[in-house]
Amino acid sequence: MSTVSALAKQRNPIRPARVLLHVFLAGAALAWLAPLLWAIFSAMRPYSETSERGYLSWPHTLNFDNFKNAFTQSDMTHYFMNTLIIAVPAVLLTLFLSSMVAFYVSRFDFRVNLALLLVFTAGNLLPQQVIITPLYRLYLLTNLPGITASGKLYDSALGLVLIHVAFQSGFCAFVLSNYMRSLPHELTEAALVDGASVWRLYWQITLPLCRPAMAALATLLSIWIYNDFFWALVLISTGENMPITSALNNLSGQYFTDPNLVAAGSLLTAIPTLIVYFVLQKQFVSGLTLGSAKG
Amino acid sequence: MTTEIPTKSQEAAAVPPPGRASEKKRVQQGHKRLLTRRDRITLAFMAGVPTILHVLLVWVTALASILLAFTTWDGIGFDSIKWVGLDNFKQLFTDNPQFWPAVQHNVIWFVVLILIPTPFGLFLAVQLDKKIRFTRIYQTAFFLPVVISMACIGFVWQLIYNPDTGLINSIIGANKPGHYIDWIGDPKLNLWAVLIAASWRHAGYMMILYLAGLKSVDPSLREASALDGANEWQTFKNVIFPTLRPTNTVVLVVTIIEALRAFDLVFVFNKGAQGTELLSILVTNNIIGESSRIGYGSAIAVVLLVISLIVIIPYLIATFRKERRA
Repeated sequence: MSTVSALAKQRNPIRPARVLLHVFLAGAALAWLAPLLWAIFSAMRPYSETSERGYLSWPHTLNFDNFKNAFTQSDMTHYFMNTLIIAVPAVLLTLFLSSMVAFYVSRFDFRVNLALLLVFTAGNLLPQQVIITPLYRLYLLTNLPGITASGKLYDSALGLVLIHVAFQSGFCAFVLSNYMRSLPHELTEAALVDGASVWRLYWQITLPLCRPAMAALATLLSIWIYNDFFWALVLISTGENMPITSALNNLSGQYFTDPNLVAAGSLLTAIPTLIVYFVLQKQFVSGLTLGSAKG
Repeated sequence: MTTEIPTKSQEAAAVPPPGRASEKKRVQQGHKRLLTRRDRITLAFMAGVPTILHVLLVWVTALASILLAFTTWDGIGFDSIKWVGLDNFKQLFTDNPQFWPAVQHNVIWFVVLILIPTPFGLFLAVQLDKKIRFTRIYQTAFFLPVVISMACIGFVWQLIYNPDTGLINSIIGANKPGHYIDWIGDPKLNLWAVLIAASWRHAGYMMILYLAGLKSVDPSLREASALDGANEWQTFKNVIFPTLRPTNTVVLVVTIIEALRAFDLVFVFNKGAQGTELLSILVTNNIIGESSRIGYGSAIAVVLLVISLIVIIPYLIATFRKERRA
């Protein structure tokens, strides 16, 4: 391919087809960003101006007041903290547990390994609504006096952490076991012969080699768990306890009283994911394709 | 219990498996033979704890959904669970005015996603896979909606569809009384409006999956095809697309699952009001909605489960059969 395109390049330095392609791609990319740009535009205009002159009008004032108001009026810091309390343990625990399963499945043939992996992967593909009714009842019936503020698994951060871990560990176990299988077997074999314990094999030899896959999965999980809307919507009853993404729904009626504030509020919730995405884009994309490219 | 397993497997290890065992298998057997008792306990713990958590919260609950679908229960005490046989299903299939529309909408959701944003994502991937300038910027723009939460996407698109203040009605002048086009409320329009937002997100997702697939296409194939005088379209159709088969399978499964899972966007948009009913919405309405009917809600969940398993099981069998061969 390289030789062919090099030849073509020599013959015709500015190819009309390429220019056309760029025009198309730039146009499409702009169209793709348009809804977000429109939201930013609306969020930066004062409500008084848009209500008087309509939303499709030349702006006189553009500022960040709506963002400031949306943030302070709804006490958004509180909801961001709620998310943090759920997401950080959930991501760490998911990686920890799924890497253990992956280690077991990829290094030890106890006959069950394929079945185990199958169970985990299939579980991850189920729509959440399939299990929500009994899960909701289970959470209501599980009494944890003194452990969670609600005294139950229901309406607690712990409950959300557990379901995130249980649900996401399927995908992670699948990806990590594929990754671990590609590591040379002699590595752990030699360590075992030298008398290393299984735990050392896992913690000190296998895990450090899985760092790229773990980083990719951590990025992916953080964004997924941050973006979760459904689990918290059903399993949390007190508005105060909701993580930010699910809280958005309540806040939009309560505090974000006009479209400009709604725009500002919802954009604010997107900022952390956008930061993670821009900083860790490579990890995110590789994580997303790790599990699927193998197919 | 723990003492029994080691002896059993040690015996198994002492007797080498019959000849067709692969090289890999023998290595793994070797692994096993070297294990101490403590190692075995560690391993049981490592595999056991995550499995118990996963099976309890995902599979036991899925099973409970199936059982509860044949009962009525007020959710208060276990003794109030009553077996009603197929009553919930009968009622669901014949009496519920929302059920068949919901099934239909889930099907439409899938058909639209697979016919419009998926080929578009493939098209974008093929273009961006060429050694083209600014490809990263384009990719970032198309992929951005995938990173943002569905809930946030719902709010962003409301700003576009709102009949009074939205972008579309402002542009076409339909935001005055008498001229309203209610993109969110009108049951003839709202599903399509939501689907545009869903497609907006789906295209970027598919683009990334196809880009990864294209990266693994052997470049010499392309070269050979070009030397044979095939044009770009012929190369794609006859050479590239057939080699993307594994990616196509993943894309198909992902799209079906996405269509079955669709919830957040619609819930934020109009709570699944008339015109946008989905199976997932009906299940949820039976939990947090006005009517809390556990058995009935579970029956809807079972329909969802059956459809999902029809897709998931063949996919996983194919995947793992390939893995085993590899």
